[in-house]
Amino acid sequence: MALINVKTREVQIKIVYYGPGRGGKTTNLEYINKKYRDQIKTEMVSLKTQDDRTLFFDFLPFDVGQIKGFDVTIQLYTVPGQAKYNATRRLVLRGVDGIVFVADLQKEQRKKNIESLNQLYENLETYRIDLFKIPLVMQYNKIDLKNSGNEILPTEILQKDLNSVLGAPAFEASALSGGNVIPTLRKIITLTLSSIQDQIF
Amino acid sequence: MFNQSQLDAIDSAILTNLIESGIDHVIFMNMAGNTIAKHNNGKSRLDSTAFAALAAGNFAAVDAMAKLVGESEFSLLFHKGEKLSIHFSKVNEETLLITMFNKDIALGLVRLKVAETVKEIIHILDDK
Ligand SMILES: Nc1nc2c(ncn2[C@@H]2O[C@H](COP(=O)(O)OP(=O)(O)OP(=O)(O)O)[C@@H](O)[C@H]2O)c(=O)[nH]1
Ligand SMILES: [Mg+2]
Repeated sequence: MALINVKTREVQIKIVYYGPGRGGKTTNLEYINKKYRDQIKTEMVSLKTQDDRTLFFDFLPFDVGQIKGFDVTIQLYTVPGQAKYNATRRLVLRGVDGIVFVADLQKEQRKKNIESLNQLYENLETYRIDLFKIPLVMQYNKIDLKNSGNEILPTEILQKDLNSVLGAPAFEASALSGGNVIPTLRKIITLTLSSIQDQIF
Repeated sequence: MFNQSQLDAIDSAILTNLIESGIDHVIFMNMAGNTIAKHNNGKSRLDSTAFAALAAGNFAAVDAMAKLVGESEFSLLFHKGEKLSIHFSKVNEETLLITMFNKDIALGLVRLKVAETVKEIIHILDDK
């Protein structure tokens, strides 16, 4: 739930990047951090293993300026994608306002994407949040691999696997080069802000 | 959502009980890692946004560990450093109070003041 402080006139919104291990969640945040360095007052916090896998979360707070007299801060988090970290993954989801699901479009990741999305549904249920109601954006990441002859899942398959019932806005992206990282971010911010409009404004 | 008079009362409880007793930093935050109120003695600087995110993660992890070993909770957490120590206190299911203090102030006093403040905040939050 977004934190709205009527005294300091601040709104803090929590957006979580979720998805299977090595899908590119951290890479999304790294790109945003680089691109918007001037707007970001603090260092990105990454709790990771020695081989650069997310252990607990990445954290990047991000000012989006004033909306109706409130200073709005977006707090971006990633979860650890590796299967064994589900307990910590669930902790990061606490208080989430919006979700970006980062799927890996490599062919061999097809099952992992689906499993991860199913687990997201279950994890949200523990907080009585309905995946069908929370602001959600799908990102099919690593589209650059198409050009290097790798076997990738066509977007139609990904849409069918992951998004046929949810019907969330979806982007093909390349987090590594920054392709569609910002449109994904913009979309989730817009959706999340409009979903909490009634609470704030 | 907290109303203006609750936020005022929380600020004043933190200032009079904790900051005036010599505690360096105080953050009152929710379990999602968002800061509700923060105060310091004006002498030291802290990236409180990142701090709150890490504190929420730390507290949540310890809480989950407690459940795994069959404890309902470890309601108090304390990290001691050479110059600065950090004290975590659960206020209710949704909020945490974090205090940071230097070695010139006795832990006993901090615990006492924190306990008083927690009680006051609970009272303020009940008093809708
Ligand atoms: N080719 C390509 N590689 C990518 C892209 N995005 C991320 N990668 C690579 O995929 C690997 C994993 O990326 P991360 O961002 O660490 O993945 P993650 O989802 O945070 O992984 P966990 O922390 O384990 O959950 C890294 O080697 C990245 O460089 C992309 O768009 N294209
Ligand atoms: Mg990661």
